[in-house]
Amino acid sequence: MNKQRINNTYIEAFKETPLGFIVSIIEYLISIIKNPKVLLYNIKKQPTMASGMIIIFLMILISLLSPVLMTYDPNDIEMDDRFQPPGEKSEETGKTYWFGSDAFGRDIYSRTIDGGKVSLFIGFAVASFSVFFGAILGSIAGYFRMVDSILMRVMDGIMAIPSLLLAIALMMLLQPGVWTVIAAITIVDTPRMTRVARASVLSLREQVYIEAAKAVGAGNVRIIFRHIIPNLIAPLIIMGTFVAAGAMLTEAYLSFLGAGVPPSSQATWGNVMAEGRTFIHKAMWVIFYPGLFLAIAVTSINLMGDGLRDMLDPKLRRRL
Amino acid sequence: MLPYIIRRIFASIPVLIVLASFTFFLLRLVPGDPATLIAGHEATPEEYEYVKASLGLDKPVHIQLWKWVSGMAQGDFGKSLRSGLPVFQLIKGRIEPTLSLTVTTQIIAMLIAIPLGVIAAWKANTIIDRLIMLFCAVAFSIPVFWLGYILIWLFGLWAFGRDSAILPVATFVPIAEDPWEFLRHMILPVFSLGLLILAGIARMTRASVLEVLKEDYIRTARAKGLGEHIVLIRHALRNASLPIITIIGLGLAGLLSGAVVTENVYAIPGLGRMAAEAISTRDYPIIQGLIILIGVAYVYVNLLIDIAYAFLDPRIRY
Repeated sequence: MNKQRINNTYIEAFKETPLGFIVSIIEYLISIIKNPKVLLYNIKKQPTMASGMIIIFLMILISLLSPVLMTYDPNDIEMDDRFQPPGEKSEETGKTYWFGSDAFGRDIYSRTIDGGKVSLFIGFAVASFSVFFGAILGSIAGYFRMVDSILMRVMDGIMAIPSLLLAIALMMLLQPGVWTVIAAITIVDTPRMTRVARASVLSLREQVYIEAAKAVGAGNVRIIFRHIIPNLIAPLIIMGTFVAAGAMLTEAYLSFLGAGVPPSSQATWGNVMAEGRTFIHKAMWVIFYPGLFLAIAVTSINLMGDGLRDMLDPKLRRRL
Repeated sequence: MLPYIIRRIFASIPVLIVLASFTFFLLRLVPGDPATLIAGHEATPEEYEYVKASLGLDKPVHIQLWKWVSGMAQGDFGKSLRSGLPVFQLIKGRIEPTLSLTVTTQIIAMLIAIPLGVIAAWKANTIIDRLIMLFCAVAFSIPVFWLGYILIWLFGLWAFGRDSAILPVATFVPIAEDPWEFLRHMILPVFSLGLLILAGIARMTRASVLEVLKEDYIRTARAKGLGEHIVLIRHALRNASLPIITIIGLGLAGLLSGAVVTENVYAIPGLGRMAAEAISTRDYPIIQGLIILIGVAYVYVNLLIDIAYAFLDPRIRY
């Protein structure tokens, strides 16, 4: 009993740090799962959200099981088997490529599975980071009116740049790799997140409980991390799903234009397609299958986001 | 009205300053030495010094900033590292195909998306609405270049054989040269890019028409026996048009990002192609110039839209 209480105090204290709002998000998700009636009701009401969730869950499962599911090493070069059509047994090596093979004789099926892991990770990482920075910047902008106009002008300036061009510029200045792609897309997406967070903070800060917190002598930091950010979680999770979907597309576009993750080091859905583009007349499967997976993943995440928005925050409908 | 317009124009200045200084500091704040990154690790010392001098990195920061700001005020956006030509001139030479593609796409997407959105809102929560919204969600999620290549494969290679393709799958013909060929060359690019734009506009149209349909004056209009199409078009759509126009203005940046990709699929020699060439030759000043010019265009298009509001909607009084 006593130990439990001490544990709780630690968690409570941790919640007041910037990282604490990760705990709040986890608690929030647990509270949704703990109350399955609401979730089940919404799944019944919104079949598209449910199907989106199932598909994305399956894709994550496929990524986690990728070592078992891959038929060949995704980076294995087999020059005898260049451009093998899908499902046909090769006469040279006797291998069968489910989704065909590319210009280097690499197995597209294995590359799709392996690339999906990275593409999904990029989407998830960008969403998490931009939610994190967006929540903090948005709370500061919404809470401290002095900073607001300056910070929001900076965000407006960044948002005026087409996101893809900005990401390209960043990628030219960074060493290409998975983490730099994540960093570049996060920088591009954070301003929009900040906007959403700020808009919510503006109405939150007028609430009576904020006034009450001030009256009992809570400091600004405590109010922001303890009372404002936890209430931002619903709109931010919704925005986060859309950002994850967009980030996966941006990754593909960056690879396509030659500014993404280098295909020699790690396959992603984007760079497998980028490598296949020159051979569209010869081997359309190289570009078809990874793109199909990407399209399905992005559609599912977007459908999930639409459903979550209607479920968690119907008022957001107009704004997003 | 005039004071409002002047105020709005002044309000756009800070955004432009942020845009300019952001691009300025972008090059200087990234970890590592930008000149090394852009010149490449295998560059000779001369090449390295040349890149450093061309980017203006060889002088103290305050002098760099001054040269940057004064240069831009005179329309000087730096010089290409590879050809040595002024970036502004290069961009001017490539702007027509991009403008043709984006404007054509925008017009066609609007012509289809607005009726779709109105129908979805009118038939809200029926199977028709669900299908339209599902279509939009899918259209919104398909990678532009993937769709582009699938279309090339379908129309150019697979369906009719490579020699008898019914639609041209590459290059661009200026509208002034041959309007018919221009349109034929535009069909596939506009379709690949337009689907994405269409989805955004249709969703917004549905949301704002749905909101307006709840208003009392819609009930009044129906009660006095007006036909459904008059209610929808004259009463609902007209009042819902402001948010739709906003989303079109804000969607401009997305449209241009999509155009960058589409141009590279269909070998259209516009700004997007230029951006891809700049990536492969590591010509940073071109990307930088594109960012600033497109950013400025974005700010001013949205300013014009804001001002147009005041004319379009007599309820808005500032």
